[in-house]
Amino acid sequence: MRIKDQWNEQRIFSSRSFAALVVMGLLSVALIGKLVWLQIIRHGYYVELSQGNRVRQDPIPASRGLILDRRGKILVDNEPAFQLELIREQTPDLTGTLRRLADLGLIDKGDMVALRRLILARRIFDSVPLRLRLTEEEIGRFAVHRHEFQGVELRARQTRHYPYGELAVHALGYVAAVSEDDLERIDRPGYAGTTLIGKLGVESAYESQLHGLNGYRQILVNAQGRSVDRQGAYQPELRAEAPAPGKDLVLSIDLPTQQAAEAALGEQRGAVVAIDPANGDVLALVSHPGFDPSVFGRGLTTSEYAQLTSNEDKPLLNRALRGAYPSGSTIKPVMALAGLTYKLIDPDKRQFCDGQFHLPGSSHLYREGKGGKHGNVDLVDAVARSCDVYFYSLAAQIGVERIASFAAQFGLGALTGIDISGEKPGLLPTPEWKQKVYKQIWYPGETVNLGVGQGYLLVTPLQLAHMAAILAGRGQSFQPRVVMGVRDSAGNIERSAAISVPGATGISSDAWALVVKGMLGATTYGTAAAISKEARYSIAGKTGTAQVYSVAQNAKYNAKTVSDKLRDHAWFIAFAPAETPRIAVCVLVENGGFGASAAAPIARRVMDAYLLDDPSGAKTTGGKP
Amino acid sequence: MIMDDNRDSAAKRTFSATARLLSALKLDGPLLVSLGLLALYALIVQYSASGQSLDTVMRTLMRLGLGTMAMIALAHSGPNFLRSLAPWLYGAGIALLLVVDAIGYVGKGAQRWLDLGLIRFQPSEIMKLAVPMMAAAFMHERPLPPAWRNLLVLAVIIILPVGLVAMQPDLGTAVLIFATGALVVLMAGLQWQVIAGLVVAAGGLGVIGWNFLHDYQRQRIRIFLDPQSDPLGSGYHIIQSQIAIGSGGLFGKGWMNGSQAQLEFLPERSTDFIFAVIGEEFGLLGLLVLLLLYLFIVSRSLFLATQASGTFARLLASSLALTFFVYVFINAGMVSGLLPVVGVPLPLISYGGTSVVTLLAGFGILMGLYSHRKLVNS
Repeated sequence: MRIKDQWNEQRIFSSRSFAALVVMGLLSVALIGKLVWLQIIRHGYYVELSQGNRVRQDPIPASRGLILDRRGKILVDNEPAFQLELIREQTPDLTGTLRRLADLGLIDKGDMVALRRLILARRIFDSVPLRLRLTEEEIGRFAVHRHEFQGVELRARQTRHYPYGELAVHALGYVAAVSEDDLERIDRPGYAGTTLIGKLGVESAYESQLHGLNGYRQILVNAQGRSVDRQGAYQPELRAEAPAPGKDLVLSIDLPTQQAAEAALGEQRGAVVAIDPANGDVLALVSHPGFDPSVFGRGLTTSEYAQLTSNEDKPLLNRALRGAYPSGSTIKPVMALAGLTYKLIDPDKRQFCDGQFHLPGSSHLYREGKGGKHGNVDLVDAVARSCDVYFYSLAAQIGVERIASFAAQFGLGALTGIDISGEKPGLLPTPEWKQKVYKQIWYPGETVNLGVGQGYLLVTPLQLAHMAAILAGRGQSFQPRVVMGVRDSAGNIERSAAISVPGATGISSDAWALVVKGMLGATTYGTAAAISKEARYSIAGKTGTAQVYSVAQNAKYNAKTVSDKLRDHAWFIAFAPAETPRIAVCVLVENGGFGASAAAPIARRVMDAYLLDDPSGAKTTGGKP
Repeated sequence: MIMDDNRDSAAKRTFSATARLLSALKLDGPLLVSLGLLALYALIVQYSASGQSLDTVMRTLMRLGLGTMAMIALAHSGPNFLRSLAPWLYGAGIALLLVVDAIGYVGKGAQRWLDLGLIRFQPSEIMKLAVPMMAAAFMHERPLPPAWRNLLVLAVIIILPVGLVAMQPDLGTAVLIFATGALVVLMAGLQWQVIAGLVVAAGGLGVIGWNFLHDYQRQRIRIFLDPQSDPLGSGYHIIQSQIAIGSGGLFGKGWMNGSQAQLEFLPERSTDFIFAVIGEEFGLLGLLVLLLLYLFIVSRSLFLATQASGTFARLLASSLALTFFVYVFINAGMVSGLLPVVGVPLPLISYGGTSVVTLLAGFGILMGLYSHRKLVNS
């Protein structure tokens, strides 16, 4: 064993201390080198990174454009409301959070699954609305439990306000929370911060113009993504871009006319469409029953929605655009024009109506719809008094092919091209169509039925209003439109030009005069004579009664004995003033019975509202509200 | 002139009075002043890093006071007392570690603390002092450089507590305890060839060991090599701290103005990652001032160690001095991305833990070993 050598040990220790100093020096140089690399050479790079870290873009939703009537009256505007929003990134337990919100009664239990999927479909840092328009009491209830809901916040947002409630809801549409399906087709970054999206009607069709451009504001955030005030003396430069508000839309709808139409229809199921024949402006568009559009804006629970969809009266159905019914006798003016144009009838020749008609060589009887006999009638009388027998015979002469091609000029069997979506084309039957769909040949008897608007023929109230407008315009046709222009922030209205489409051509002015005379006759001495009473303008009209079911041969039809739902639908089309028409109207009353009694008075009130109430206002469509 | 003379003599009197007080307390003036400056620096940075919490500053002041008392107490105990204390302290430390590990095993979780009702402390902190004391005491009577057989004993003395601490698991403290023991061996004159051999062997073991590592362990090493590969997981700490340091630049963003730290992007900003807060708010200059202060403290300590008498005193003092540097280097290296992330606080600057007390106690021992040198020599 070696013994301790103090001197040698002192020497070893000194040399080791020196070595330690050298190693320390080298390590310090390495460390300082790394710091110089980070803080001097790569300084700019890290400054940028730290900027990106703490500044986040917070979207500012653009305020949605207003919707005005043709005189500038506000039909739809915005109002502030509190809503519940959730940011997934900040919510530790999404499912649990939703369940506890449901326990508090702030969201509907039935909506939890859908909400969860919607939240997962949005970006992790997006603020997703859970409930819109909280009541005062709900705000209070949430405030008490706020600390239990990390990532859930109450935010004041603009929501849609419909000052007239259900008025024109099927034209205006409504807005609702952006859904999972919506996310598929919208520009997501552009909708960051947007709560509501148009779902139907004008709100949906003009979504891009109403929405505007969202702005943003940079905010200072900590690592948890929480917005914080400036920290210490640290005050960064934060940029912001103001949102560009959506455009205000000016509708062709005339508020007083719309109100008159809704009031006149009352509680009956049906539709009213009024069009300006000079340009296709839709002056009124009613489908009843309607619904309160604001319920969608505050967030409809699944059960509330189920209630709306299961309602027997189908309030969500836009009858004006999507309700397809047999036209009934309203098609007779078109049939008359066809007969005249194809030179198949002498308008002055009187035909005898004994209340029934049968095709040569057939024993099948076609009855006068309402029973009775018209005696000797000429063309004008046949239109005015709606003689079925006259038109049975006429239709058989024209033939189905020519009826179809002629009626197509009046927009039947095709979309009118109205600027809101959901329209149905109805059905203008042809032998080809029947062969294709039913694999059957066209029977001559079906042509006879077509002559009085029964059988396969289906039309929508919008189509008949469009047809009435073409009749009013003596063949001139415009695409119907609900929106006639936009109003910029300065209040200037930019009117879009009316869209002229091919109408009815090749019809002589004599033919027009005869048919209009017949329609004038209908409202003066014919089927709807009552409606011209004390009218300060002339009305050209035509009643119609669409059978809901076929009356058995030989059986007498009695409206009183069949249940309400099986009663005939009542139609009335009209335009006025007959010489220089400014309005064309179509009224449908579901199960209303006879067109003359159920539908015609409604049309009269609509025309009165438009033609008599402040006609100067109806002409000057611009200006601020 | 008379006035000047008076003032001069007054200053001299004050100075000599202070010197006498320090001498009586067995403390070293330069080391004490530099430690005081470091403590002041710590309080300033902690106030900012804690989000302007006076509470934090007060608790640190309390710990500094406790540490200063331990320092004064240990400065009085000479090398002979410490050498005789070493086996007991070491034995007690091992026993406590076993207890803690057992509790941790039973409780199925990481366990570092021992709750004695009134105070809670980490037995591993004791080992930071007990291991170098034990190693130095073992070599005191034996010739330097250590023979192979003694080397083996030293290895056991060091590896046993390191293993127990690593099992807790507390890798950072285990590394530091290993450093305190290894430094004793190195300062004892372990031959360079042996050191080189051990380094090569460790490297070889590392390569072989890679194959035995769990996937998550390999992942940690990969993330150290490329933090960007896991920006929101383990790499998050190091990315954010590099952003903090780098964006600080030469002069820093100013006290309490570090956005990374103040907006809580920087994790553990007032504890393990406080170095990044200094880098962000005081810039490269602030870090250089800090490093110079550290280097002065280590150099002064190493100087005191060379002046100490006896193998035990010199080995223990130098180990304590150099461990302090290891502390600094591991933490600064980790925060700046030079070393992998291990939980080692920045000595005397990081908030919390018992390390402030242990460190000041270590400096007390160091100063005591130095001030007791004449007694041993005479």
